Amino acid sequence: MRNTHATQLIFELSTAGRSGVNLPACDVPEQPREQWIPAELLNAESPELPEVTEPEVIRHFTNLSTLNMSVDTHYYPLGSCTMKYNPKRNERIAGWDGFAQLHPYQSEDSIQGMLQLLFELQQMLGEISGLPAVSLQPAAGAHGELAALMVASAYFKELGETRTKVLAPDSAHGTNPASARMAGFDFVTIRSQADGRVDLDHLRENLGDDTAVFMITNPSTLGLFDDQVQQIADLVHEQGGLIYLDGANMNAILGIARPGDFGADMMHFNPHKTFSGPHGGGGPGAGPICVTDTLRPFLPNPTVSYCQDSQAYYLDTGDDKSIGRVRSFFGNVGVLVRAYCYIRTHGPDGLKRVSEMAVLNANYLLSQVKEFLDVPHGDRCMHEFVASAEPIKEKTGLKQPAMDIAKRLLDYGFHPPTVYFPLTVHEGLMMEPTETESKQTLDAFAEVLKTIVNEPAETLQSAPHSTSIRRPDEVQAARQPIVKWTEATD
Amino acid sequence: MPYTYNTPAQQDEMLAAIGAASIDELFSSIPASMQLKRALDLPPALGEIELTAHMQELARQNTAVSQSTCFMGAGSYDHFVPAVIDTLASRGEFYTSYTPYQPEVSQGNLQVMFEYQTLICQLTGMDVSNASLYDGGSAAVEAMLMAISITRRSDKVVVLESVHPEYRQIIETYFATIGTEVITVSAAEQLQDALDDQTAAVLVQSPNFFGNVEDLTSLAEQVHAAGALLVCSVDPISLGILKRPGDAGVDIVVAEGQSLGTPLLYGGPYLGIMACREEFVRRLPGRIAGQTVDQQGNRCWVLTLQTREQHIRREKATSNICTNQGLFALRAAIYLSVMGPEGMGDVADLCLQKAHYAQQQLTNLDRFEAVSDRPFFKEFVIRDKENDVNGLLQKAEDFNLLAGVALGRWYPELEDCLLIAVTEKRTKDEINQLVEVLGS
Repeated sequence: MRNTHATQLIFELSTAGRSGVNLPACDVPEQPREQWIPAELLNAESPELPEVTEPEVIRHFTNLSTLNMSVDTHYYPLGSCTMKYNPKRNERIAGWDGFAQLHPYQSEDSIQGMLQLLFELQQMLGEISGLPAVSLQPAAGAHGELAALMVASAYFKELGETRTKVLAPDSAHGTNPASARMAGFDFVTIRSQADGRVDLDHLRENLGDDTAVFMITNPSTLGLFDDQVQQIADLVHEQGGLIYLDGANMNAILGIARPGDFGADMMHFNPHKTFSGPHGGGGPGAGPICVTDTLRPFLPNPTVSYCQDSQAYYLDTGDDKSIGRVRSFFGNVGVLVRAYCYIRTHGPDGLKRVSEMAVLNANYLLSQVKEFLDVPHGDRCMHEFVASAEPIKEKTGLKQPAMDIAKRLLDYGFHPPTVYFPLTVHEGLMMEPTETESKQTLDAFAEVLKTIVNEPAETLQSAPHSTSIRRPDEVQAARQPIVKWTEATD
Repeated sequence: MPYTYNTPAQQDEMLAAIGAASIDELFSSIPASMQLKRALDLPPALGEIELTAHMQELARQNTAVSQSTCFMGAGSYDHFVPAVIDTLASRGEFYTSYTPYQPEVSQGNLQVMFEYQTLICQLTGMDVSNASLYDGGSAAVEAMLMAISITRRSDKVVVLESVHPEYRQIIETYFATIGTEVITVSAAEQLQDALDDQTAAVLVQSPNFFGNVEDLTSLAEQVHAAGALLVCSVDPISLGILKRPGDAGVDIVVAEGQSLGTPLLYGGPYLGIMACREEFVRRLPGRIAGQTVDQQGNRCWVLTLQTREQHIRREKATSNICTNQGLFALRAAIYLSVMGPEGMGDVADLCLQKAHYAQQQLTNLDRFEAVSDRPFFKEFVIRDKENDVNGLLQKAEDFNLLAGVALGRWYPELEDCLLIAVTEKRTKDEINQLVEVLGS
């Protein structure tokens, strides 16, 4: 029952002379365009866009949507991405005119409700992180990392110190080294020990008075809390450096431990993960950063402040130590409104419960999965864990068993875990069930996984068998890139 | 707890399977000294009814543009958003999915990305587009970084003062950190003096921040003569009638894509558009969807050229960006599809005609004068000879008119000036009312 006609490319559905809009007639006296703009600055003809009607557009994109797996339709245990349920009440509220129809340069008098919301969100994120100074401006987690590293750079410049190095463990997200480079630092990779914790000896060897920042993801991408974090912070602080906490995994420790209390100086949140997003098919997210009071003057501006005298909220450009802007206007406000709703829905006990249930679900799934898959980093985890399909290689002769298992899961209607990350685990399958899944779903998933592991190698190798396409040729896509439609590619 | 399922009995079963005595035990890897010994100091939980009431109270303290008549622009515009966009973008299959790591179950998103890239190329006349960046401002800085990497000139870049002031501030922030000099020139006529063989790129905006249309063809010749790249920030709506930057010789095009089907949203999330010439594709930051075939030979789409990206290249990546603005690229793709060539031409023409009508009516009044006689598109600057811009804005607000954006905060020499934007939504009556109120 797939409608393959409607899911042709929109350009192939085009028929000259069709249109999806009817705009009003011009009600002011019209003049030829050339009267206003010199002919050489005008286009000779309208842009060459597809010509389709509104019903065609609806059918096309509606059918395309059904080719996606999503949280609303499928269990989606994509590790490190926190694919939790996206509350519909938050969607509705964020769409109200009182939030969605505000111009970024409206007078502060006319947006007091919005400014109050943003002010309170700053306060709440400061409390949850234990780092009281907050900027909501960065547009994504990676953008928050970059902004915070710029804050660190400005701080050291103020101190008159030249610090050139940013350090992070080998299990870090790829954004950490990339952000460090963009902020002008050299990047040094610190080894992890076999148990997944940071190798302190290797850290000590690389620490010095040129160390600007140590970036740590804690809980780590292996789903483990590195209990050395305070010790690491002390070592780095002794050298005058700063600790950055990659907040990707905050879903594990809300109300249980605060980065500001275990040594972090700076961190970002991923509201699209921890505070229920949604993920939007790959964005938008947001990447608010929280820092210590010492670093507050360097935060991007503006932030929101409250004036006791006038009893009003206002955009505060801070002092001249601010690094300035990293994004136009205030930031990804729509995402922040949803995060605000999420935190207000849960309250202090509810947020803690979120983390408790996320960790319970992950540990339960681990207890089931370890019966038939290797889990190299132990019997317990935080909000996620990484299984390894490496031992299956020998048993089955499969060359990429993690990939094959992932593809086979699609046939059973489950989105696969994150595969081949972190890089420190061979044939890694990183599973993050989140708190918004039931025991029944976890049981069903574990049962399917067990079935798959015991299926014949050729069944796995040729999977998926039920999807509309199977194992696209990515090598060809990269070798001869076709990144747009042209008539000739038909 | 509205979104968790497991009953106390199930939790006990799960703990038994884990072999743990309690949930607290699951957190024993966090040393007690690091655990919070108190409840978070946050307001108490709200049910859906209470949350909705609380949010209504906050929303009531905001004056929505829909309750007013909006002549504000300056990078964020009150264009019409067709209903089909909200209908489609609110499908859970789109907005609750994620980056297409598994192409077999992400063909919807991947095909949308591919269509979006094609539509952006059609609109801008460029060879290749990525699948979007955060917003127009960060897209501008990413383009300048890309130009540095292409030209291998990291000493300096040149930015015209008529580029959006906040975009320029973002560039200052990034480049202050990495030590590249940013030279700001006040007008295209002064550009020649700032260019030399160390200049990586020049950033212009057209229509510029004041609404004026730049002659990109001659700028491109001038910039290329110095061996630098021309980066141009455009208003995508204007490309319904203006010459495409790709046809004018621009090397990298960026744009704020909010105009293409996204409401004002108090500034975000928006859509960073970025497109370039073919030869630069491997330097392009961000996600890119590419066409290929599957094992059965079916045409399909995947994320491609990933060796540019942070999850493969880490510190050697072209950028740290790891997502696009998928949902807003979707909105832009739907917008451009329903508009088509005719609709884009008509929208742009309506903006052009109405903006010129408004400018003429206002400058016919004794109180106002035009600041320049250069061609403009949908936005223009008027000077208040009585130098009371804030008084004017306040008076207009009393009539539910958002009359424009005061320029003094960015350009002290223009403190008596107002930037006014007129979109296709504004009627002749509304424009006449604006003229009447500002002139009274």
